[in-house]
Amino acid sequence: MTPDLMKAGAQARVEHDRKLAASPVQSGGRETSYSRVHVPGALDVTHGAILYLDDITVSFDGFKALNALSLSISAGELRCIIGPNGAGKTTMMDVITGKTRPDLGKAFFGSTIDLLRMRENEIASIGIGRKFQKPTVFEQLSVFENLELALKADRGVRSSMFFRLNGEQLDRIGAMLTLIHLKDSAQRVAGLLSHGQKQWLEIGMLLMQDPKLLLLDEPVAGMTDEETERTAELFLSLEGNHSLVVVEHDMKFIGELTQNGKNGKKVTVLHEGSVLAEGLLSEVQANEKVVEVYLGR
Amino acid sequence: MSVPLSLRCLLVCVALFGGSAHALTPQQARALVVGEAEPRIAALNAVLAAADEKTVALIQAMSDDAVKFTDSAVFVMKDGKGFDPVSGAEVAVPDTAEDVINNNQMRGELDTALASIKLFSPDNTVRAEAVKTLASEPDENKLPMVEKAWAAEQVPAIKDALGAVRFAILLGSADKAKRLEAATALGATGTPATKTLLLDRQKVETEADVKAAIGVALKTIEGRLAWGERLGVIFTGVSLGSILLLVALGLAITYGLMGVINMAHGELMMIGAYATYVIQNVFRAYFPGLFDYYVLLAIPASFLAAALVGAVLERSVIRWLYGRPLETLLATWGISLVLQQAVRSLFGAQNVPVENPAWLSGGVAAMSNLTLPYNRIAIIVFAVLVLVGVSLLIARTRLGLFVRGVTQNRKMAACMGVNTARIDTYAFALGSGIAGLAGCALSQVGNVGPDLGQSYIVDSFMVVVLGGVGQLAGTVYAAVGLGVLNKLLEGWQGAVLAKIMVLVFIVIFIQKRPQGIFALKGRSAEA
Amino acid sequence: MSAVLPTSAPTPTVTSVPRVGLLSMKSWGAVALALLVVAVVVPVLNLAVPAGSAFHASDYAVQLVAKIMCYAICALAMDLIWGYTGILSLGHGVFFALGGYAMGMYLMRQIGSDGQYRMPMPDFMVFLNWKEFPWTWAVSDSFVAQMLLVVLVPGLLAFVFGYFAFRSRIKGVYFSIITQAMTYAAMLLFFRNETGFGGNNGFTDFKRILDVPIATPSMRMTLFVLTGCTLIGFFLLARWLVGSKFGRVLQAIRDAETRVMFTGYNPLHYKLAMWVISAVMCGIAGALYVPQVGIINPGEMSPAASIEIAIWAAVGGRGTLIGPIVGAFFVNGAKSWFTQAFPEFWLYFLGALFIAVTIFLPQGIIGLLKRKKESS
Repeated sequence: MTPDLMKAGAQARVEHDRKLAASPVQSGGRETSYSRVHVPGALDVTHGAILYLDDITVSFDGFKALNALSLSISAGELRCIIGPNGAGKTTMMDVITGKTRPDLGKAFFGSTIDLLRMRENEIASIGIGRKFQKPTVFEQLSVFENLELALKADRGVRSSMFFRLNGEQLDRIGAMLTLIHLKDSAQRVAGLLSHGQKQWLEIGMLLMQDPKLLLLDEPVAGMTDEETERTAELFLSLEGNHSLVVVEHDMKFIGELTQNGKNGKKVTVLHEGSVLAEGLLSEVQANEKVVEVYLGR
Repeated sequence: MSVPLSLRCLLVCVALFGGSAHALTPQQARALVVGEAEPRIAALNAVLAAADEKTVALIQAMSDDAVKFTDSAVFVMKDGKGFDPVSGAEVAVPDTAEDVINNNQMRGELDTALASIKLFSPDNTVRAEAVKTLASEPDENKLPMVEKAWAAEQVPAIKDALGAVRFAILLGSADKAKRLEAATALGATGTPATKTLLLDRQKVETEADVKAAIGVALKTIEGRLAWGERLGVIFTGVSLGSILLLVALGLAITYGLMGVINMAHGELMMIGAYATYVIQNVFRAYFPGLFDYYVLLAIPASFLAAALVGAVLERSVIRWLYGRPLETLLATWGISLVLQQAVRSLFGAQNVPVENPAWLSGGVAAMSNLTLPYNRIAIIVFAVLVLVGVSLLIARTRLGLFVRGVTQNRKMAACMGVNTARIDTYAFALGSGIAGLAGCALSQVGNVGPDLGQSYIVDSFMVVVLGGVGQLAGTVYAAVGLGVLNKLLEGWQGAVLAKIMVLVFIVIFIQKRPQGIFALKGRSAEA
Repeated sequence: MSAVLPTSAPTPTVTSVPRVGLLSMKSWGAVALALLVVAVVVPVLNLAVPAGSAFHASDYAVQLVAKIMCYAICALAMDLIWGYTGILSLGHGVFFALGGYAMGMYLMRQIGSDGQYRMPMPDFMVFLNWKEFPWTWAVSDSFVAQMLLVVLVPGLLAFVFGYFAFRSRIKGVYFSIITQAMTYAAMLLFFRNETGFGGNNGFTDFKRILDVPIATPSMRMTLFVLTGCTLIGFFLLARWLVGSKFGRVLQAIRDAETRVMFTGYNPLHYKLAMWVISAVMCGIAGALYVPQVGIINPGEMSPAASIEIAIWAAVGGRGTLIGPIVGAFFVNGAKSWFTQAFPEFWLYFLGALFIAVTIFLPQGIIGLLKRKKESS
């Protein structure tokens, strides 16, 4: 054993571990038990699920917003969630991101991180990003400043006071500006953007945080057809490295995302606080219960 | 000769006293009048036991400082003429006659002597007064008279009072058994005065079992007095709570229903109080006979005055600031400055006097150390009436329905044809009018001046913060709770520290429950 | 064309970011000019130019300007917490007063035995028959220690109060009302004689500071220059804070606190930091105020005094930093004029100012000037 052989062996081990942690593996496979370094507090998706909701119940003054909702999103998946108004879609997101405490149930990020014990900013820091129904950007700051705030960096007070952008961070912001087609409006005050531009800015801010799970609540509301198409392309490119949950009403957009059922993306239908049906878009659209709920009988 | 009323009563008493009166002798008359206080008092007591009407007249005259004497005779003066105390005949008064001087001790003895005679008056009130006088100075010499009066007494209340006096005197008796009996009996009936008596006796008492009996009696009395104090604190707390309720009710409407923080709320109260003052003066000047009823007119007057000012404010300033609570806060603060200064210019910077009408003065004595003032009781009743009135108005009337509709969803209400601007004005005027009523109530219990509003503004906001927004029930609980809490803490630590503790308590309470005691549940409970 | 994510090896593009320095050249010039006026021109006009001359700056004027400069520091602090963080505090007067009291304690000790009773203890303590100093006065004869207290006492109160208030997510008007309660409670506490701070008379009759007599022209001018430099220094500090990422996070918290939380920041830490900084600024302003005005009493803690600080910021234009300074000068200048010329009308003017500024001039004087500049 020479020093360089030892070094090479150690490097190989590190490489191996890194590959293992990054790849979505089958539950119960050999890699899940052997030679895996488990870091407490870190996201653990070796069992496949990145988000796990079990029996979540939320009531407001007697009204059950969520009723024993159970849902599981696999790592790297793009899931679409549809449902009539009042089905509980936004409340479900509130529970995941820590805005609302459920009365019953469990919510886990990966296998180990209990979301119900954490505050909103902590949940945001560990890699869950949420885009709201109404675009909420920082209206008085410029587009550039909005993205700068969302940049993945130390969130503490001291570091913010003395913070200066380095070259790499500058490049990241630049690239994001290009991505969201706001390169020319970088210095514009965000309040003056159009509705669709604000939506894109918010998506951009979300991506700046490099989240592992994106929760997107009606991301294309108010966008033109062309913008909707671009958004669909963006989301499809993200999946694999990121997991996405998209809540939408726009069936055309859902169709684009799921490529009309061809790419095996699942669609979940929520109704009155629990899951009504789950499956490919075509299956769900043919499901009688779903038709009844949407069209009424 | 005209006999004064008091003397006539006394003579009647003496007549009823019975026939064992002995006629006054010149020696006795002289003994009463001449010499040092001690022998004179002894003579007084001696003569009292069998006083006839002449004796009584002499004693009364002595009490009135209408007696003169020379070396040989005593003269009772009346209308500048002298009369012989024994015969009643007019006698010439030589110039050398001196006035009889009574020092305080003598005077006190004369008073108690007269009182013991009055014990036999046919008039209940006179007898009751006499018993009170005797109770303050238990004197063994009066015991025979007291016992005789006690035996003859028919009215239960006065009999009990006489009994207490009797026991108080017996406490100092030489007979141990009597003292024991007295101690036990006094324990049952005790007042703060009795307590002092017992304490004094306890210091000099030598017999062990009597001392023990006194100890037990003291404990019983202290227990009862403590209850009196506790109830007193609770009553004052509820009274303060009722005032806070009146003050905060208007604020709960303007803030809770409309979202307008009105820093001029205190000044609207002040306007109500000054309206009461004006009405009082009008009555005093033009309807002096009906003065006692001015309050009845002042109530609607203060409501209208404050409501009018509120309506004007709403139309001119506040409607431009809906949806901007912080700006409303500042603007209404400015209004409060203007209103305060305006009142100072009109009425002066000093406090103005507002009198309670006769039926609100005084109080009911619930216990020996607890008097419940009528004006505070009236305010509690008034606050309850106003609360009931407002809840009915909001819950049952059309106006109330419109107000609720507008505040919950303005656009929909407008679509329904509701004139939202006018409803805003009505609602704000209602809240302001209630503030005016609070001012009217405050004028009856406190000072009225330009800074009346300032003293209550912080408290009323605390009530609204604590009680939560959207329901009147929270305001009620918070107001009464804070009033009682404040008074309890005051008794313990003094007024300033009590206030500070209450404020700290509220801040901590808000930690646990930011929406207050009662609040609209659901998504939007934020300011 | 599929979208490309930044993380997958893009071609580096340098985005142009206008890197502004702390201030523009013009503004630096203005700052330099202000410094010159404060540190050179006024001392000369007051000390060197004879009293009869038209250029002489009277002692009265110097004292008035010094007082207003202290107020301007408070207005600046209010702008940082209200204009930039969106938290309206109606209790900042208590921090000002606490700093003033801390300085006052030192000045009272400096009187030594020259008080009315010729005792080594302050007059009010002799009057109350106290034989020794309370624990709060333990370090009051040390200048350094007491100056530390000027910073620590308001800072600590702000920290504790702010921590509990922000943690419970009290916002908006509720928070403002609670700050009123805080200052009201403090005022009541200081009115008591037993609290040991002079009761409702407070501290006055100061003789010396650092063993140098206070009432001399040179000491007055030194304090004046110190106040002016502090004001300018704080202005630059505020500029730096607001221009940093910290400042931007605060503005984001003001506009959309929920979004800030979801971006991973903890608003509590940021709000608390700015709250404490703002409180300490007021405390230092109070400490500069007391030796120049010569008296401190619990009236400075009254709720009305704190609300006035808010109106200075609103009149000048919040969110601009220079606006509140202008506002403080305008309102206090008006107050000084009114109370001499038409005392009964001062409150009418102030009340009308509150109403007019909130309805017609939400951007304040600076906003008005900006609009005029843009339209011309």
